[in-house]
Amino acid sequence: MGDERRGSRVMELFLVFLKIGAFTFGGGYAMIPLIQKEVVEKRHWIEDGDILDIVAIAESTPGPIAVNAATFVGSKIRGFCGSFAATFGVVLPSFLIIYGVSFVLRQFEDLQVVRYAFNGVRAGVLALMVKALITMYRQCPKSPVSYAIMGLALAAVAFFGVDVMIVIIVCAAIGLATSLMAARRSAA
Amino acid sequence: MIYLQLFLTFLKIGAFTFGGGYAMLPMIQAEVQAHGWMTAAELVDFVAVSESTPGPFAVNVSTYVGTQIAGLPGALCATTGVVLPSFLIILLVAKGYERFRASKVVAGCMSGLRPTVVGLIAAAVISVSGTVFFPAGLSWAAFTQTSFVVSAVIFMLMLVLVMCKVHPIIVILLSAVLGIAASYL
Repeated sequence: MGDERRGSRVMELFLVFLKIGAFTFGGGYAMIPLIQKEVVEKRHWIEDGDILDIVAIAESTPGPIAVNAATFVGSKIRGFCGSFAATFGVVLPSFLIIYGVSFVLRQFEDLQVVRYAFNGVRAGVLALMVKALITMYRQCPKSPVSYAIMGLALAAVAFFGVDVMIVIIVCAAIGLATSLMAARRSAA
Repeated sequence: MIYLQLFLTFLKIGAFTFGGGYAMLPMIQAEVQAHGWMTAAELVDFVAVSESTPGPFAVNVSTYVGTQIAGLPGALCATTGVVLPSFLIILLVAKGYERFRASKVVAGCMSGLRPTVVGLIAAAVISVSGTVFFPAGLSWAAFTQTSFVVSAVIFMLMLVLVMCKVHPIIVILLSAVLGIAASYL
């Protein structure tokens, strides 16, 4: 009976994250309130304060926040099987929908009216990106090191075509070095 | 071998994504253009599609590129690639997450990564501005073309809506309608 219950919990994880994956538009942060409702309030799988941990960890590890959060919750509740079920569940709706959409897009992309629509849409996407830029800038610590890293990353990618992977490694190293030096200075 | 190439390319993208979809746009753009999988304009169009469908941008774009290039097996390879680094890293972190959260090394790296994300999104904004306003390249003549004026007007209107917290899907639908309306000018 124990095995049966364990199995049904894994299935439940899959279904809950399938639902979360199917109803989260716009990625990562939009998903957190939904996780809170399904996983904390309805099922009491994890405690309320743990949601903040999940957000913090999802942000400070690479990869999409939705995938990170699903893997983390699944692993906390049912180890490897749980994390696999939750991650598979959260990705599956995107996968199926985009797989379907890609055939539709290909059929319609040559229509003149669709081209005009996308001309407008590109300007709309740019507006969404400017908003994201402002939001992230506001959340970012305002220190000389921080401004220097922003400028460095921007110039390296936009004007010198440096590989983003290298930019990320170098900037993380700069952040680590400066914060360790600051800690040592304040200890001395 | 196209399947391996899709898997490895999206593995790299999955392993170096911080700060959500827009921050990773420069990397995705560099990778898909280097392989000739997608043009800059197609990628911006797909950002709109991704905003209007559920799921994270990284997963959506990997499935889309995989499908376009090599059908269902391609989509499976690309999507597995983009998810795998997150999955493995979180499995490791979940075991000792108290220690991970308290780690000075993690906090130090994050203090460098937060401003990096701002710089990366700024780079993406510059690149997409080029695609939107100067599809034929930057020149003085480009500023007087109808398409430039139309894009500029739609951009300003949408920016106002976005700043007033109008939902992204409505912004995209409205800008599509305006794009079509502008073709009758």
